[in-house]
Amino acid sequence: MIQLSVQKTLAGADGPFNLSVDFVLPSENLLTLYGKSGSGKTTLLRMLAGLAKPDSGYIKVNGKTWFDSSANINLSPQKRKVGLVFQDYALFPTMTVRENLRFAQESNNEQKVKELLELTGLAALSNRFPSTLSGGQQQRVALARAILREPEILLLDEPLSALDQQTRNKLQNEILKFHKRFKLTTILVSHDKQEVFKLSDTVALIDRGTITRNGTPREVFFDKITSNKFSFASTILSIRKVDCIYLAVIGAGNELVEVVLSESDIETLKVGDEVLVASKAFNPIVIKL
Amino acid sequence: MINPEPLILTLKLAGLTTAILYVVGLPVAWFLSQSRMRLKPVLEAVLALPLVLPPSVLGFYFLLAFSRQGWLGGLWEKAFDHQLAFSFDGLVFGSVIFSFPFMVHPLQAGFNAIPRNLSEASYSLGKSTLETLIKVILPAMKSSILTGGVLAFAHTVGEFGVVLMIGGSIEGKTKVASIAIYDLVESLDYNSAHIYSAILFAFSFMILLTVYLVNKKLDIR
Repeated sequence: MIQLSVQKTLAGADGPFNLSVDFVLPSENLLTLYGKSGSGKTTLLRMLAGLAKPDSGYIKVNGKTWFDSSANINLSPQKRKVGLVFQDYALFPTMTVRENLRFAQESNNEQKVKELLELTGLAALSNRFPSTLSGGQQQRVALARAILREPEILLLDEPLSALDQQTRNKLQNEILKFHKRFKLTTILVSHDKQEVFKLSDTVALIDRGTITRNGTPREVFFDKITSNKFSFASTILSIRKVDCIYLAVIGAGNELVEVVLSESDIETLKVGDEVLVASKAFNPIVIKL
Repeated sequence: MINPEPLILTLKLAGLTTAILYVVGLPVAWFLSQSRMRLKPVLEAVLALPLVLPPSVLGFYFLLAFSRQGWLGGLWEKAFDHQLAFSFDGLVFGSVIFSFPFMVHPLQAGFNAIPRNLSEASYSLGKSTLETLIKVILPAMKSSILTGGVLAFAHTVGEFGVVLMIGGSIEGKTKVASIAIYDLVESLDYNSAHIYSAILFAFSFMILLTVYLVNKKLDIR
């Protein structure tokens, strides 16, 4: 369990603002921090990792105090068991994939390295240098390296935002798989609503340093719809007029769906909008594959 | 046949200077790359002075400091029982300072080129600053380390004015190759001057060629 209450003055693009965040995150949960860039999400992750110091407050992880301004406690990054994954992977360029993974271990356990290499599908690449890998492969190495640290929190700072949609989907599944398999407590920073829906147990909306809403992704993003039977988050790819109705093509993951929209829908929706497609009473055909 | 002593002395001086500069230069360059202090530009300017000052100016001040009456020379003589000026030790001292920016600038640029993420990733994997430096940062800047060493070495080999001022031209002690050439030309012995010069010429070219070849290889990976 993570208990956090931190305050810090940050220099924003339009003047300084106060980062002031409190939350409690139960173990094995996945929390997403969602918000505009410059709202303090990354700083929050850095504070958890010990790379930035709050002005005041406390951070407690599984009963241990990592930071407490009133007691003058501030554990160094080395003493906090954190798995950190950056947007640009931050792999050590002079080490092979296997050496990158070994570096994360306190005592060498080749069996575990092997297990993770196989789980991430990196076994065949284990002697390659990071610069010879694709973005998706590099991020897999970074993820495996963070997990080998045996972290009490896994911190993912926009880990997939530099990757293409297909790779992103695959890696989202892997993040979810690892999160469950290793019973991790995970905090993810993301800009991508589909990703938030797919991965998070809870999401916190951050705006200029404060959490404005939090709850399940559905509660936070779509508070009006409460009892849909079936829904998915997606993006409007195109809208065209056919006779008196409008047809919108909506992308959900790798699938494309065509949906009928009315004149009044068109007034509020445009191409590129992120939407929730939901159906309250419906009768889908289910066919065994 | 020519006397090999000045050439050997030159190599000894350049080798020792480079070794000392690695020991002193790495921490200084690391500090400069990390530091956010307000006085950093002043410090950087002082350290870069040998790049622009005439060697005779530096040599003159060194001579004052290294002599028996100078503060450093006085201390040195008490400690080691011989004069610092006009000695090989004095030459090493002067060369270290004179070649300092040639070592520190490439190293500092190398440190700056390493993304902060790398050291932060290493810290959060539980590694100390020193372990991070040795295992993560230094291996990632091999070409800067090589460049710094070679520039410092080559610059010391080519040094003339400072060495002449603080070393004099004492056979077997402070008469390095560049000064030997000057003396030979003065005494109209062009033959021997040619031999020394050609050796230095070929040697310098080989060093630089090696650096470019090795750096190309490092870059490719």
